[in-house]
Amino acid sequence: MTFTYLLQLLEDGVVLGAIYGLIAIGYTMVYGIVQLINFAHGDIFMLGGFASLAVYAWVTPLQHISVWLALPVMLAAGVLTSVLAAVGAERFAYRPLRTAPRLAPLITAIGLSIAIEQFVRLVYPVHAAGGVTYGVGAPVAFPGLPGRAFSIGGVLIQRADVFTVGVAIVCMAALSLYVKRSRTGRAMRATAQDPDTARLMGIDTDKVIVAAFALGGALAAVACLTQGLHDGQLSFDMGFLAGLKAFTAAVLGGIGDINGAMLGGVVLGVVQSLATGGLVKIPVLAQYGGGAWQDVWAFVVLILVLLIRPQGLLGRRVTDRA
Amino acid sequence: MRKTVLLRLGACAAAGSLALSACGSRSASTTSTGASAVTVTIAFDAPLSTSASSVGIGMENSAQLAVDLANKNGEVPGVTFKLEAKDDQSTPAIGAQNATAFTSDASVVGVVGPYNSSVAQSMQPIFQSAGLVEVSPANTNPTLTMGTDWQTAPKRQYPVYFRTITTDATQGPYAADYAVKKLGIKKVFYIDDGLTYGAGLAATFVEEFTKDGGAVLGHQQVTDGQTDFSAVVAAVKASGANAVYYGGQYAEAGPLKKQLVAAGFTGDMIAGDAVKDPTFVQLAGPAASNATTYVTSDGVPPGGTAAGQAYVSAYNSELSAGKFGNSQAYGTFGPFAYSAAWAIIEAVKAAKAANGGTLPSGTALRAAVVKAMAGVDFQGPTGEVAFNQYGDDVDQAVTMNEVENGAFTAIYTGKIS
Repeated sequence: MTFTYLLQLLEDGVVLGAIYGLIAIGYTMVYGIVQLINFAHGDIFMLGGFASLAVYAWVTPLQHISVWLALPVMLAAGVLTSVLAAVGAERFAYRPLRTAPRLAPLITAIGLSIAIEQFVRLVYPVHAAGGVTYGVGAPVAFPGLPGRAFSIGGVLIQRADVFTVGVAIVCMAALSLYVKRSRTGRAMRATAQDPDTARLMGIDTDKVIVAAFALGGALAAVACLTQGLHDGQLSFDMGFLAGLKAFTAAVLGGIGDINGAMLGGVVLGVVQSLATGGLVKIPVLAQYGGGAWQDVWAFVVLILVLLIRPQGLLGRRVTDRA
Repeated sequence: MRKTVLLRLGACAAAGSLALSACGSRSASTTSTGASAVTVTIAFDAPLSTSASSVGIGMENSAQLAVDLANKNGEVPGVTFKLEAKDDQSTPAIGAQNATAFTSDASVVGVVGPYNSSVAQSMQPIFQSAGLVEVSPANTNPTLTMGTDWQTAPKRQYPVYFRTITTDATQGPYAADYAVKKLGIKKVFYIDDGLTYGAGLAATFVEEFTKDGGAVLGHQQVTDGQTDFSAVVAAVKASGANAVYYGGQYAEAGPLKKQLVAAGFTGDMIAGDAVKDPTFVQLAGPAASNATTYVTSDGVPPGGTAAGQAYVSAYNSELSAGKFGNSQAYGTFGPFAYSAAWAIIEAVKAAKAANGGTLPSGTALRAAVVKAMAGVDFQGPTGEVAFNQYGDDVDQAVTMNEVENGAFTAIYTGKIS
């Protein structure tokens, strides 16, 4: 296994990890504030991607200009849809269950996830040659970024990869700034620390929760757009697996910690990439590498980290709230 | 307090008994031996949602076409055919559930399906124990008819299982011979999706390829549903192979091809019949139409025979008349599904003739159809449909297709020397 090959695998892993990280932030923010694992988040991710694709497919002028120029429009549409879906989910599915036993919103989240998946599968309008057909059972093609890949020292970096990592960095920086400096950001940190005291201090915790869902949704839409550009396709069931991996990343990095979510994502992506491409090169371990085992190794890493450090990589050890 | 408890219990009991009564089996359509028309159901099972749905829907439309034509022409006098379709989402567990539902419906005389070889493995025993004939238009793994030792000691596994499609015992080696003798490929990297069909097909390809003197430089396994192949692509490039063989479905082959080309891989991709779908070209993008994708398909192209042309024009006229309720083209497996449904219709016709002109009733009908199936022989859209002692179609033709200008075009049929 040459060094260039290893670098290529690392580069692929980081890009994959950036996507997982962006989705994981949504999970971690919501869990940090309301202690809810939002299983529907993976499907809000998927919804954002399909909204971007819909805008590209239905607004024909966008198909005649470079995809780079169409990206802001697609991004706006995706973010808007995901934010609306996330805020709607919070308002109508989770808020009424705020005082219910912990299991109720969890099951609701699962139900919502299935509902969104089937909604897209049955209703998404496809602009076929003859007219409009509704429903997407099979994967649909997503436009790709034009331009050849960059070759740096033998490592091939696709334009979509550059876009993904760039966008992830920008989003992380913006989110950090928002959470540290703005009023709502401070309110979020206060509510995550102690919701009762925060309420006593005059913070509107409802608004804070809505903000958390909205931000998570926005980042998920960005993640799905970058995944679509990277893979070249979307499918209605992509949210399930992506959500599961992202949730793993959030737990790995320390649930409740935003930087932890991104770190967990990157670690997961790199482990996955090394397991798929790297293990096959080591003669003794070759049969334990490859696509079939990539998830096994990712979860083995999760288990090991949690055994040694139960709070995750960057999490703080917290006692259960009374 | 006690009253409300009694009220609740009573409500539960009432609801429960209502639900249980609704769960009763559907009353079977009468199979009277009188002159009145008998309705016989042909069941259909394939993935109608999820990633392989464009194939499944094309197959369902084709089976529906066969049923409609049989009813229109009065193919079996006094018998009206009906198609009942179920979705198995390419999942063996759901396939088994559908199989149980079909066997418990007394009006079902035969099943067309499934699509995935892995789903077939879970359905075969259920159909065998009910004596219900199953004709698959798309399972290509040889073990389904000839057992795990099919190369050295073939043994019929399930006497109720038949198929109208060429098996991988022919398809894989055909691709290998074509690659070595016609394309001059000597170094290949093979990838499969780990499922019964994909892994089996890749294995038959690799065996023939090495026999022909080629070198296999590496192997990677992907999972179905995987969309990111960066590590696989890196492994392919590092191996120095000049072709990739993919055993699996189009939903993974498409992005794989796209990512291979984006990473600068200039070799050919050779794949099996499950990749021959227009969705593959859409997913792989213009990269796939660089004349570097070769895909084997079973049978001869439907446009080549009279029966095939009749099928194509009948399908397209029903499609444009909106009879199918969707706009799905027949795809690679449509013609085979038509042949499978037609084989069941022919078997019902033969069973009626063998019983002195009246259709057997009850469980005797299913047994008669299974017996008659062994003797079915007609010209289908993809060639002759007749079954050998293992339940495989005697016509084992394979065609090589290439992607040209964004569509699959047949480029070679017949023996390779």
